[in-house]
Amino acid sequence: MAYPANYRYTKEHEWVDVKGDVAAVGITDYAQHELGDVVFVELPKVGAKVEAGKTFGTVESVKAVSDIYAPASGEVVEANGALHDTPEKINTDPHGAGWLIKVRLANPADIGGLMDAAAYEAYIAAQSKEASA
Amino acid sequence: MESVTTPAIAELRKTALNAVHRRLGAKMVNFGGWDMPVEYPTTGGLIVEHKAVRSSVGVFDVSHMGDIRIRSGRAPGGALAAVQHLSMNDASTLAIGQAQYSAMLYPEGTFVDDVIVHRLGEDDYLLVINAGTREKDVDWVRGNTKGFDCVVEDLSDAYTQLAIQGPRAQELLQKLTDANLGVIKNYWFTHGAVCGLTHTLIARTGYTGEDGFEIYVPSDSATSEFVWDKVMEAGREFGVIPCGLGARNTLRLEAKMALYGHEISDKINVWEAGLERFCKMEKGDFIGRTALERAKAAGLTRALVGLEMVDRGIARDEYCCCNESSETIGVITSGSPSPTLCKNIALAYVPQSMAAIGTAIYVQIRAQKCKARVVATPFYKRPKKTAVPQSAANVSTSLV
Repeated sequence: MAYPANYRYTKEHEWVDVKGDVAAVGITDYAQHELGDVVFVELPKVGAKVEAGKTFGTVESVKAVSDIYAPASGEVVEANGALHDTPEKINTDPHGAGWLIKVRLANPADIGGLMDAAAYEAYIAAQSKEASA
Repeated sequence: MESVTTPAIAELRKTALNAVHRRLGAKMVNFGGWDMPVEYPTTGGLIVEHKAVRSSVGVFDVSHMGDIRIRSGRAPGGALAAVQHLSMNDASTLAIGQAQYSAMLYPEGTFVDDVIVHRLGEDDYLLVINAGTREKDVDWVRGNTKGFDCVVEDLSDAYTQLAIQGPRAQELLQKLTDANLGVIKNYWFTHGAVCGLTHTLIARTGYTGEDGFEIYVPSDSATSEFVWDKVMEAGREFGVIPCGLGARNTLRLEAKMALYGHEISDKINVWEAGLERFCKMEKGDFIGRTALERAKAAGLTRALVGLEMVDRGIARDEYCCCNESSETIGVITSGSPSPTLCKNIALAYVPQSMAAIGTAIYVQIRAQKCKARVVATPFYKRPKKTAVPQSAANVSTSLV
């Protein structure tokens, strides 16, 4: 799966898609593959504050619980309620319909420090190599 | 999410089929020092594997498990005496060709390991033990049988062990063996040619709660891969897929089968674990018997119960159980979503006073206290097999 060129990526395998001062956040294709079939998602409520680098929710497969880290600070303006009944969207469309939350950014400049698609792809290639060494 | 890296893979132990799992694109995990497949994403992954075993057939590489043979020394009888000393179940009731679930206990009445005891011959036994406790168990057996006239052999590296599990497991395996599988009852075994390999141990045992067989073939990679390929080929018409440790865990949990280090350990005794039916106190002395008598007289303080989540949330291993006042009263030993039941289930140790079915127990899931209730176990019991007509002729006459 291609990594959208206009998204930004974190070392913890989240993606960010910024439109104005609102950022959609999700986990990457690499992350959903590592996790396996998603069965449960826990997201913050609208109005909750998220802090860059701190966890804001969890995505769970049968075997694992994965904490999701906020790539930037802000306020939750939308949470993807569809994931309650169809969490598998995170597996089938991690960069689209599998989005987790939308955040009004406290500091839009925070996004600048994140990896672009090329850097992220290099990053995960290095991770995979390390894992099979 | 946190990154998953597997350090020092070169240092992990590997079964003879390791290259096969990697070739199949299996997601590998470090299980007790072994590089093992947890699931195979290209053929569907954990949930698909679990469902395949319940509905048709799946195959597991369980070669990481251990095997200890105890046989006669100078005169017959020493092996049985040794097994009776080590094992809590009564091995003297075993016929040749029969197996039983049992456990080896510490003098405190707590678990060294659980084990399946097979009676191979007149005075000849095979103990199949867990992967994570291989060395500990071998040392334990050797150390505690010094005074017995028997020979102890560690055969753990000699076998590739495949578990073929599911309602169609017999049909699959029958294509590869001359042994008549239809007459082997549950927990019995035979030796026969499998894929042309003579005198192969074929046991009707497993860890899934489904019908199935475990076969033990020579552990060289050529033979192991040959048998694996033959099994997958024979199973193609039944939709066989390789299954990993992830599905192995969800299947055994639904069937309420214990996992060492979780439901049983060196801190838990036989009564607490609910395994009294495998403990034959009347057979005579065995390691742990005295402590068990004392524990029984003192009464149970905690018990293993099955839980079903009521609130939204997944109880997992080692999560705390608490009461309505948020006081910690127990712990989850194993917890997971149940692919067959579509519920979140768990096993937990709770106070004896809270073990009744229907009791509300709360599970601390990160910042939330989530409600669960005690339910009957096993969570899943396989449907009773209905008689299959021998031939079409029989069916038509019976309808007249």
